[in-house]
Amino acid sequence: MKHFAMTALFVGALALSACSKDRFGSDGYGNGAGGAGGDYVAGSASDPRSPAYFNQTVGDRILFAVDQSNLSPDAVQVLTQQATWLIENTSYTAVIEGHADEQGTREYNLALGARRASAVQNFLIDRGVAPNRLQTVSYGKERPLEICSDELCYSKNRRAVTVLAAGAITS
Amino acid sequence: MGFKLRKISCLIAACAMFAGGAMSTAVAQSQGPLRIEITDGVIEPLPFAIPDFVAEDGGSNDIARSISRVIAADLASTGLFREIPQDAFISGISNFANPVAYADWKAINAQALITGAVSSAGGNVNVKFRVFDVFSGQPLGEGLQFAGSAAGWRRMAHKVADIVYSRITGESGYFDSRVVFVSESGPKNARRKRLAIMDYDGANVQYLTDSSALVLAPRFSPQGDRVLYTSYETGFPQVYVLDVATVGRRVLSSQEGTMTFAPRFSPDGRTVVYSLSAGGNTDLYTMDIASGQARRLTQAPSIETAPSFSPDGSKIVFESDRSGNQQLYVMPASGGEATRISFGQGRYGTPVWSPRGDLIAFTKQNAGRFHIGVMRTDGSEERLLTASFLDEGPTWSPNGRVIMFTRESQGASGEAALYSVDISGRNLRRVVTEGAASDPAWSPLLN
Repeated sequence: MKHFAMTALFVGALALSACSKDRFGSDGYGNGAGGAGGDYVAGSASDPRSPAYFNQTVGDRILFAVDQSNLSPDAVQVLTQQATWLIENTSYTAVIEGHADEQGTREYNLALGARRASAVQNFLIDRGVAPNRLQTVSYGKERPLEICSDELCYSKNRRAVTVLAAGAITS
Repeated sequence: MGFKLRKISCLIAACAMFAGGAMSTAVAQSQGPLRIEITDGVIEPLPFAIPDFVAEDGGSNDIARSISRVIAADLASTGLFREIPQDAFISGISNFANPVAYADWKAINAQALITGAVSSAGGNVNVKFRVFDVFSGQPLGEGLQFAGSAAGWRRMAHKVADIVYSRITGESGYFDSRVVFVSESGPKNARRKRLAIMDYDGANVQYLTDSSALVLAPRFSPQGDRVLYTSYETGFPQVYVLDVATVGRRVLSSQEGTMTFAPRFSPDGRTVVYSLSAGGNTDLYTMDIASGQARRLTQAPSIETAPSFSPDGSKIVFESDRSGNQQLYVMPASGGEATRISFGQGRYGTPVWSPRGDLIAFTKQNAGRFHIGVMRTDGSEERLLTASFLDEGPTWSPNGRVIMFTRESQGASGEAALYSVDISGRNLRRVVTEGAASDPAWSPLLN
């Protein structure tokens, strides 16, 4: 096992949210300035306390139907595990990003992304995650994950991603 | 930048008066005095000749030619005029003061002739011009002259073109105007965006922000001095107001846990209407810019966004999905009961009230295609002007005659570009920008 700097663990989240930046000082690009949460052993995604585990095994994202913000049974399953993980790992906060596909006007998609992020936030709070550990942001159609223009890509872009950030709540 | 405009006193002639106000489609040429009447009939553009402006001193050759070329490009870009190539000319204009040989211009079927002269001294230029109705053998209005700095020569050319356009169509022009937009670079999934401003024809691009934060949908103030836009500077979308001259900016509203976007100025420039999302719900608010006092206009669990004031400031048109999908609604500017105005097939968004007050431009999504369209303010007489994989976000020219919008091509290599179209649906053109561009917003006519 090897010790990694905190920021090295965010690679998984990075790929999902290339430009996201949270309010807690940890830069989504992982520039080595972090370390707020302290060191821990990070074997990889097999360490159940690692963000990599959260991203890959728990699942950091859920998908939505066209124009919808209601949670599918699959989404509920993933979010239930997210809630459990967040309750057990209190040294993380999260920004929930809501995204839309490109089939829509810019403003509407921002509002739709806000709905999606909020649906996730409300679910996690209902399952016992402290509200002040969760923030939401909408990217509308500005940050697609897949860049083809057909339903195969669109279905992956209509998503909400729970992006972990290091550091317990400061206030 | 101001310009001195004065009449050339020795050229005063009877000024042809034209009734304005004719809107809608296409061009008709009447048999009487030179005039394009913009009516429903589709007829040929009006042919005009513009010899290179006469340089009245040795140092003015380049600028004289450049000014006449910009005037020609402005007029031709409207689709209402057609330039007669200079190599067809029988005679030239070597002296601005000489009488015009009407027969020579008539012979090449020029209906309008534009002549001018340019002199320069000490970094300043002086531009004189006249317009002639060739077939009636008369000057069209008075000769005029502008004085200004040499650096502002393009603006002087646009001002001349505005006057020519106005004398022939009876409508005000739109060439001396600017467009604020989002300049885009990088791949579709990590696109970098920065605010930029340019002349309406794509010249004189200036960047207002760097690309460190995502920026969206800038909007001009009615005076053209400020720009509202949405930025992710803090990591969360918030509305900012930017001073064009100083490029200084400040956040308009920053309320923890909320997102603000889709801002637009009121006609007096004192109030901003915008969307605020809180707890996943998006409603409309106004804010008094000076006091920061916010007021909530809508209170519904649906999405209310993309608001736009009527030019008299009394009403707001916006989009809402309260009926189940995006449709257009009009309500009093202070809030209150909203009336749905869109009833066609598909979804309607991003409504923008025309500066003349009679039309609303919108984006329509139907059967997998996007359209830019216009309708009357009660929703009647809907007309679609464009169709493509993705057209959105119309903005009006200052005279309400032309609409600019974003067109994005599909697929991984898909890129956004600016296009303009006449409200008749004719004259669709790509606005040339250096790279990819989106979210145009047209300024008022400059002073």
